[in-house]
Amino acid sequence: MPNENVVLKVENIYKNYGNNEVLKGVSFEVNSGEIKIICGPSGSGKSTLLRCLNLLTRPDKGHVWLEAEEVTNPTTNINKVRQKIGFVFQEFNLFNHLTALRNVSIGLEVVKGMKKNEARQIALRELRRVGLEEHAHKYPAELSGGQKQRVAIARALAMNPVIMFYDEPTSALDPQLIGEVLDVMKKLAKEKLTSLVVTHEMGFAQSVADEIMFIADGKILERGPPRELFWNPKHEMAKLFFKRIAELYRREGQ
Amino acid sequence: MGGSLAIGFIIGLPIAIGQVYGRKGIKVPLDAYVWFFRSVPLLVLLFLFYWGVFPTLGFKLDALACSIVVLGLRTGAYQSQIFRGAIMSVGEGQLTAAGALGMSKLNGIYHIVLPQALRISLPGWSNEYAIILKDSAICFALGVLEILTRTRYVVMATHEPLLPYFFAGVLFIALTYGGTKIIHIVYDKTRIPGLVGRM
Repeated sequence: MPNENVVLKVENIYKNYGNNEVLKGVSFEVNSGEIKIICGPSGSGKSTLLRCLNLLTRPDKGHVWLEAEEVTNPTTNINKVRQKIGFVFQEFNLFNHLTALRNVSIGLEVVKGMKKNEARQIALRELRRVGLEEHAHKYPAELSGGQKQRVAIARALAMNPVIMFYDEPTSALDPQLIGEVLDVMKKLAKEKLTSLVVTHEMGFAQSVADEIMFIADGKILERGPPRELFWNPKHEMAKLFFKRIAELYRREGQ
Repeated sequence: MGGSLAIGFIIGLPIAIGQVYGRKGIKVPLDAYVWFFRSVPLLVLLFLFYWGVFPTLGFKLDALACSIVVLGLRTGAYQSQIFRGAIMSVGEGQLTAAGALGMSKLNGIYHIVLPQALRISLPGWSNEYAIILKDSAICFALGVLEILTRTRYVVMATHEPLLPYFFAGVLFIALTYGGTKIIHIVYDKTRIPGLVGRM
């Protein structure tokens, strides 16, 4: 790695599903402490891109490095890499048979081989961090959507990741529940937790992001500081996209 | 009977896991196993294994042991499909999330998928208990001293068919009721809010 500050380096990622080219050469870097946003129309390959970066989906071409390690190298132990990437899903994907506490601690026990009690302490600390300590004993079905997503964030944080991936973390939530999740994400962003976020929450983007990358048609069409991209996009597709989002915000009175 | 259920569980669960997560080379023989044991009538299986397969392979099994094994092999095929449905209903996201934490697929299946799938499969599984209990009656064909064989001895000795067969029926009802009741209790004790409903 030329620059020690770079946490994630993505080089020329390609991914096809049959004849459908989802990603056509995506490259970018995320530096330590940076918050980068990925946005774009649905079906533009945003989620696929995130999944290609920790090989939940294997890219057809291209390279990914996490710190000094090449993720896409076939000899790399991918389970070791994934421990260092906190992944937050749109659909939460909490483990349905485990309490909030056990959802957070099970990775520590099974993956990191921690003793039950030590894992429990860390899990409680992370649940406190997302404001859910008093709900530790509840099962996922007993939590609201916003609470579920905060547990999912705590679960990812417990592994002490070097970077967080958020895949549309608020898209499955009712509008009144989005705020509590964004608040947690903002707090983590202010703690300089390096993050890559797929989201259309432009309020969030403008308050914490260092850069927005606009993806359409499998490529990064435009990138820049949030304000610049949001208010003054150059590319036609980006213009249309951000105009629509602005209209949506105005209608919701945000 | 309990032995058959246990054999069926030990065979059925790995078959289900292999069918859901295995490569094609694993799936094809598993599918064939399930297809065979679900297609051939039990009586044919019993004769086939007792007179044919086991002697040919050099196993010296008495009628009782043979019955337990054959019932076990057969219920294994049926149980595998109960577990397979349960595993598939758990949803891909669970294993994906486990993988994203750095869990190996095997660990994810063991710690995340199976604890959910086994709970989901219990109501269906209680069927297997009831079925195999009653299927055991067919083992009298091999001369096994099960309930029906013993009842026939009584009938032959007393020339009075009604009461002995009636009580044999009642005994099967009692055993089925008791067993499924226990399964219900296990189900309720291990129930997790939101994962499975009340039984």
